[in-house]
Amino acid sequence: MAQQNNGVAANVTHTQPLWLLAEVTYRCPLHCAFCYNPTDYDKHTQNELSTEQWIQALRDARKLGALQLGISGGEPLLRDDIEDIVVEAKKLGYYSNLITSGVGLTEKRIQAFKEGGLDHIQLSMHDITEEINNFITNTRTFELKKKVAAMIKNHGYPMVLNVVIHRYNIGHIKEILEMAEALGADYVELANTQYYGWSLVNRSQLMPSKEQIDHAEKITNEFRAKVGNKMKIFFVVPDYFAERPKKCMNGWGEVFMIVTANGDVLPCHSARVLPNMQFPNVRDKGLEWAWKDSPAFNKYRGDSWMKAPCRTCPEKDNDLAGCRCQAFLLTGDAESADPVCSLSPNHHIIEKAIEDAKNPQLQAQPIVFRTDKNSKKIIAGELQERVADFHALP
Amino acid sequence: MQNTIQHTDIYAIALHHRFQWEEAQQCYVILFPEGMVKLNGGAGEVLKLVDGQRSVGEVVAALQATFPDVPDIEKDILAMFDLALGKAWLRKLN
Ligand code: SF4
Ligand code: SF4
Repeated sequence: MAQQNNGVAANVTHTQPLWLLAEVTYRCPLHCAFCYNPTDYDKHTQNELSTEQWIQALRDARKLGALQLGISGGEPLLRDDIEDIVVEAKKLGYYSNLITSGVGLTEKRIQAFKEGGLDHIQLSMHDITEEINNFITNTRTFELKKKVAAMIKNHGYPMVLNVVIHRYNIGHIKEILEMAEALGADYVELANTQYYGWSLVNRSQLMPSKEQIDHAEKITNEFRAKVGNKMKIFFVVPDYFAERPKKCMNGWGEVFMIVTANGDVLPCHSARVLPNMQFPNVRDKGLEWAWKDSPAFNKYRGDSWMKAPCRTCPEKDNDLAGCRCQAFLLTGDAESADPVCSLSPNHHIIEKAIEDAKNPQLQAQPIVFRTDKNSKKIIAGELQERVADFHALP
Repeated sequence: MQNTIQHTDIYAIALHHRFQWEEAQQCYVILFPEGMVKLNGGAGEVLKLVDGQRSVGEVVAALQATFPDVPDIEKDILAMFDLALGKAWLRKLN
């Protein structure tokens, strides 16, 4: 059974990093408007870990109890050593998953992955229309994705599709699910955009209305009833429209560990936005120290760090006060309640964001696509009008 | 749905699922896309014998031999098959 850590002194932990996410590179041939990678990712494209360093990280995490391995990015296939990583993962007993846009997946590579023991491939799809796929990814990749889907199926892999949902495709949920069924998908994740990284910069352009989300969920439920167990459909509800925040990462340093392209070890994707935090790096003291003893991983474990209203809230075990990154980015206080919570004194910030997304003037602002050029601009302090509202670079 | 399981049925772990012993957690687990389940001791003992060869009856007999002191073990084993089938951890081979 999972050990609960609440109320225990912060540095006493029995948690295990069951999920290891390896963000092996931030390089990516796509330029998705909703990408949750950090907007300053361009800083981390030069100092990627070597194959040997990744293999060591896999071994160390396995000893700590890691079981599920996600190989992600950026586009992981831009590295030519994914085959070696897969073989090592198999040897160590991981259940391994390649999370890809499909760009760069060739017959030769997928065969090597199969032989190496990769367990499954999660393919991102964007829409049923070529126009919207190509628009939102800022590339011409529609036909390619369909080919890759067929390749995955032909190699006997379960077909796991991930579709990020936003204003431009939410009206096509039914068609997207029909496409998934036609492709023979076993699992479909309809992931409403979460607003971090590039998607936070583009929030007013991407956020659908509450009515659109409710409608999409209704269609999803109907479709689920129709296909039954044959195709498992997950509908990830967007937290901005919920009363309570999500239990982010299932708790800080509870079950997830992320190793980024440059070796930083994080409890969640966007943790580097938090102030006064020094995240461990696999190049220094290793993963065991990072998980068990590093000040960063212990900082928000349990609930002793919480402030009012969370500290005394009867619901705190349900959500552990939500997401630290969202709290800091939007309110400037990393220890405050996630503003998504209707009990948060800062909840008006979320209400305003929802209102802003209905404002035609803001809607009409150009999308800032995830490109190296835009990342360099943001690092250089440009595009201020798009990031000034936030307390750190998204 | 107890009666859906027959003694002559032969099951294997479902496609795209993996069943293995985990040293770090000291339990058996089932791994599948996007998820995992840690099994309690009894469930692990049952699924360990589900190998695509033994029939349900043979699994029951083997466990009765291993745990002669557990009363009514057959009922627990069939309930476990039922649960595992309901969760789609198993596929039927015959
Ligand atoms: S969201 Fe798009 S741009 Fe970002 S890493 Fe994934 S494929 Fe690349
Ligand atoms: S007040 Fe804090 S702990 Fe209570 S529900 Fe809201 S975010 Fe969760």
